[in-house]
Amino acid sequence: MQEYEAEGLTAPRLAAMRRSLSDGRGALTRRSLLRASGAGAGVLGGLAALGACGIPPAKREDQGAAASDDHSDREKRVTFSNWTEYMDVGDDGQSRPTLRTFTERTGITVKYTEDINDNVEFFGKVKPQLAAGQDTGRDLIVVTDWLAARIIRLGWAQKLDPANLPHAFANLTAQFRAPDWDPGRAHSYPWSGIPTIIAYNARATGGRTVDSVTQLLDDPRLKGRVSFLSEMRDSVGMTLLDMGRDPASFTDADYDAAIARLQDGVDRKQIRRFTGNDYTADLSKGDIAACVAWAGDIVQLQADNPDIKYAIPAAGYVTATDNLLVPAKARHKTNAERLIDHYYEPPVAARLAAYINYVCPVDGVAAELAAIDPAMASNTLILPDARMTAKSHAFRSLEPDEETAYEEKFAALLGA
Amino acid sequence: MSATGGPPAPPAPAPPVRGRSVRKRLVPYWLLLPGVLWLLVFFALPMVYQASTSVQTGSLEEGFRVTWHLATYKDALADYYPQFLRSLLYAGTATLLCLLLGYPLAYLIAFKAGRWRNLVLVLVIAPFFTSFLIRTLAWKTILADGGAVVEALKALHVLDVTSGLGWTEGDRVLATPMAVVCGLTYNFLPFMVLPLYTSLDRIDPRLHEAAGDLYATAATTFRTVTLPLSMPGVVAGTLLTFIPASGDYVNAELLGSTDTKMVGSVIQSQFLRVLDYPTAAALSFILMAVVLLVVTVHIRRSGTEDLL
Repeated sequence: MQEYEAEGLTAPRLAAMRRSLSDGRGALTRRSLLRASGAGAGVLGGLAALGACGIPPAKREDQGAAASDDHSDREKRVTFSNWTEYMDVGDDGQSRPTLRTFTERTGITVKYTEDINDNVEFFGKVKPQLAAGQDTGRDLIVVTDWLAARIIRLGWAQKLDPANLPHAFANLTAQFRAPDWDPGRAHSYPWSGIPTIIAYNARATGGRTVDSVTQLLDDPRLKGRVSFLSEMRDSVGMTLLDMGRDPASFTDADYDAAIARLQDGVDRKQIRRFTGNDYTADLSKGDIAACVAWAGDIVQLQADNPDIKYAIPAAGYVTATDNLLVPAKARHKTNAERLIDHYYEPPVAARLAAYINYVCPVDGVAAELAAIDPAMASNTLILPDARMTAKSHAFRSLEPDEETAYEEKFAALLGA
Repeated sequence: MSATGGPPAPPAPAPPVRGRSVRKRLVPYWLLLPGVLWLLVFFALPMVYQASTSVQTGSLEEGFRVTWHLATYKDALADYYPQFLRSLLYAGTATLLCLLLGYPLAYLIAFKAGRWRNLVLVLVIAPFFTSFLIRTLAWKTILADGGAVVEALKALHVLDVTSGLGWTEGDRVLATPMAVVCGLTYNFLPFMVLPLYTSLDRIDPRLHEAAGDLYATAATTFRTVTLPLSMPGVVAGTLLTFIPASGDYVNAELLGSTDTKMVGSVIQSQFLRVLDYPTAAALSFILMAVVLLVVTVHIRRSGTEDLL
């Protein structure tokens, strides 16, 4: 590198140094390199694209493919992936009492992670591993029913062993016993039920009640202050019910009619936005006067803001479930099943329900819940009574082609 | 082969010198290797993978196979050109606003801030200490219906004008194009200010004095000395703002509505929701091509090609 030592150079060396800056290896300038590597990447890219063989079919045909070597006996642990704010927390704000009881009782330590924020994102995250038949590192996951249905359909969930689930088998409430996507609950158990209802801010509506999707879509006084959920089944399901159709058995034409009804609301600027969880802040502030909402959020909002009211439409409402699944190739299936069963013991279930405020899928928790908080035990959004249950509808499971077509239409409604 | 002893050796024989010089010639490439590897793994390979995805057809259940179905590109463009145009419009407007806000700020920091310079610079970067999402959500409070900002704009009849132009909706700003552009402008402002500052800071203040000595007015000095010398900063700043802004979807999702969705939202929705990976990949490539085109024209026109 002596060419670069500028001091005390002889004339020929200086000349060589100048030359080296303009040609020879000095010709390796940023731009020429960029050009060369651009061309190189182009050629390489073309070749590799030719060679690329695409994405293999996601479906695993052989049922045994999902099963894994169960290390539960040797490794006393289980990895549980859940949504944020979906587990009871002790008074210290750190401990998780129901998980602690599980560990005390069984000696199985739980690695609890709140790494699920969104169904579609979570699916995108675990899809490559599950499609390749690999362990995701998770023994237990919680996903909403339509995604649970897809994961089961693709053969990515393990069949549960009823012998390890005595409480779950006995205590699962009748409403959730037979979803059309997992007959007999062979692969899944509900973590909680999620009623989709209508909520409004009484201050923003001037004290008037809002109790139907028709009112959300047509009441001129709500113009521009109505939101629906960006979860397709909730928004379309509620609209279908309002139009006198059953989300459990509707046709393509019904679906299109519901989308057209919502599109009309968008075009007339009646609907302000389609939202995820972020509607709660808008509703509390009053920027949104009325909306389609998730019941558990409303129970929590009501605790802070007395203006928040809700209504169960006369036409009925949609109840979805979040479900516990053991993903394919999970290492600790038995431990995961024991954890599921733990949450189907009424005292544990009551404690969880009192914290998360969603529908408890476990029978026989009323007394336990009343002992924690009598108001909660009488809240039909947490423990639905017969009248509430009668109005509850499930959104039917969709065929793969249907799902794609419906999601595409719904995406177009959302503007993307 | 070394020349030791015997008669005085001629200058070193050719082959070893050649060998040494070949090795020497390779040095820059060896030094480049880590960077090139990094680019290959984190840039080239994903690009190739996406390029391949964009010409595949199939479904999640049956898998996707390369069928060279180039019509995906045509269909994607035909279906989603409004979102493309909107992305360019919003990103362009936000970039312009960033420049209008950022230039005086950078000028102030570079020439007038004095001992406050570091403090002001830190203040410019300070928003980065919180999450992008939180910063965007904060705008929902700032622009809330009936909030101070909206009421002030209403009192000044600004909302009448913007609503006439279709930027806002009646008495509200949230869930309108204006809210999205505000969010973009705010979130990308530091990317504009920092390159501008660096390039203004490099200007020798004596040039200003010299301009003054030659009877240039402040305006002339700015036009003929400061502005041309700060052009690299302007170009770098506009690129750093425009490129990420055109692909952004957070602002459009949180502050916008159905008719303000940008192309980022479409890609996200096609990829995650509809599971139409080829369309999502094709859209990404079209976006990349469009941005590349805009950037090339921008650089050519501003005559700062050497920045690349």
